[in-house]
Amino acid sequence: MLCNICAKNPATVHLTEIIDNQMNELHLCEECARQKSAQMEQKFGLSDLLAGMVDFDKVAKEAESIVPKCPNCGLTYTDFKKIGRLGCGECYGAFKKYLAPLLKRIHGSSQHIGKAPAVKATGRAFKKKQPDLQELRNKLQKAIETEAFEEAAKIRDQIKEIERKQPEIKK
Amino acid sequence: MKLDDLLKHTSEWLKGTGPNSDIVISTRIRLARNLNKLPFPHWANKKQSGEALQAIEESFNKVDYLKKATVFKLAEINSIDKQLLVERHLMSFEHTQKTDYKAVAIEEEEIVAIMINEEDHMRIQVMQSGFNLFEAWNIINRIDECLAKELSIAYSSDWGYLTACPTNAGTAMRGSVMLHLPALVMTRSIDRVLAAISKLSFTTRGLYGEGTQATGNFFQISNQVSLGLSEDEIVNNINGLIRQIIEQEKQARELMLSRNKSLLEDRVYRSLGILKSARIITSQETTELLSMVRLGVDLEMVKDINRQTINELFIITQPAHLQKIENKKLSSNERDSKRAELIRSKLKI
Repeated sequence: MLCNICAKNPATVHLTEIIDNQMNELHLCEECARQKSAQMEQKFGLSDLLAGMVDFDKVAKEAESIVPKCPNCGLTYTDFKKIGRLGCGECYGAFKKYLAPLLKRIHGSSQHIGKAPAVKATGRAFKKKQPDLQELRNKLQKAIETEAFEEAAKIRDQIKEIERKQPEIKK
Repeated sequence: MKLDDLLKHTSEWLKGTGPNSDIVISTRIRLARNLNKLPFPHWANKKQSGEALQAIEESFNKVDYLKKATVFKLAEINSIDKQLLVERHLMSFEHTQKTDYKAVAIEEEEIVAIMINEEDHMRIQVMQSGFNLFEAWNIINRIDECLAKELSIAYSSDWGYLTACPTNAGTAMRGSVMLHLPALVMTRSIDRVLAAISKLSFTTRGLYGEGTQATGNFFQISNQVSLGLSEDEIVNNINGLIRQIIEQEKQARELMLSRNKSLLEDRVYRSLGILKSARIITSQETTELLSMVRLGVDLEMVKDINRQTINELFIITQPAHLQKIENKKLSSNERDSKRAELIRSKLKI
């Protein structure tokens, strides 16, 4: 059997890829397999987990200067970087801006599509109660650009309200 | 149920029954769940840890699957018993450390076990003999649904179940399959297989989970990604991958039988010979030799020993099990001779 990529050398490495739930069998020669594996490593890069990963982010540098703190349990973003564990479920909301790129890098996605708890779940409420500041700021920018000033004023008030409640995240 | 009752039967994961049990030892699914707003165990104060423990324990009374479960407080049991639970795969080694407010709930048949206040408030696991991912998922899903009705669980619509470590967020689910792959090891194909697995964002570990070496040709393969895929997709992905590994192991076994039968027989019978006559033996050597004998049994080369005996030996030769059987603390040297004695008595014809 010849290599699926270069179709020149005999295939000696047999790979199974699972991308978006599609299973794909690949038969490769050593050279192409090496290249393919380097590509995959770049994609997932799971080895140099948390600490290292966070440092690369611009947002993380920003986080260092502000030191956001979870209003529920008091864990700071610096604590998280040190211990690699969050303090409580609310931390995810408090550090949303910084965690999103990290989760994306760990899992290749930052959107849950699995099941949700049957009843009593109140955890999801944090999203509705406290819309993401960055999201609101983007919306505000857009509203100003399109001269929708009434809308812009509403968003501005929303931002002010959140900043008042969470002084730690205030810029 | 008392802890000592566990010794009276073989753990679920070593029963040696279920689909593909010649290659797949056991299937396990675990879900991590945390209580809403309450700090995670590592960040909680004593009062909060106690609160979590109490709320979780109380909720068990309302879940059918857990009515017959016994909750053991880790602070109240001795070190041999703690190790016994680790050897039986009912909890992690991490759970034996800093035991305040830690507990483990064990259901009679050892199919369901729940660690309380480990890394997350709850680590629910369901174990099945052989290759049985779908059944394991059905059971754990039902338990999870029942628990969610009793407890307020930390969850966000963006990131799913919220866990202490972001690597577990999303479904917070890990499916693991324990495989016995002696032929892939002997034909030196295993490195190629394992390399491919890690590239697909699955991990391989040894018999005793995180950070342990693969000994005796046993490999535990599990998914790494828990966010961005549904539970069904994760189960299906693992299922597909494991099917292929099983196929490869089968082919390697056939290849060895057709090309090197006498070499294979030699390895199997030498291993059996050592087990039957050794006077001093470590648990690692035991695992390695038992692996070869098990292969001999699976290939019907060895006919006078059944798989049940081999499986039982895997577990009762572990350090804590040996000490429970002898009913006293034994030094490492003492264990090595007692172990050899026990194996000889079980394999006597």
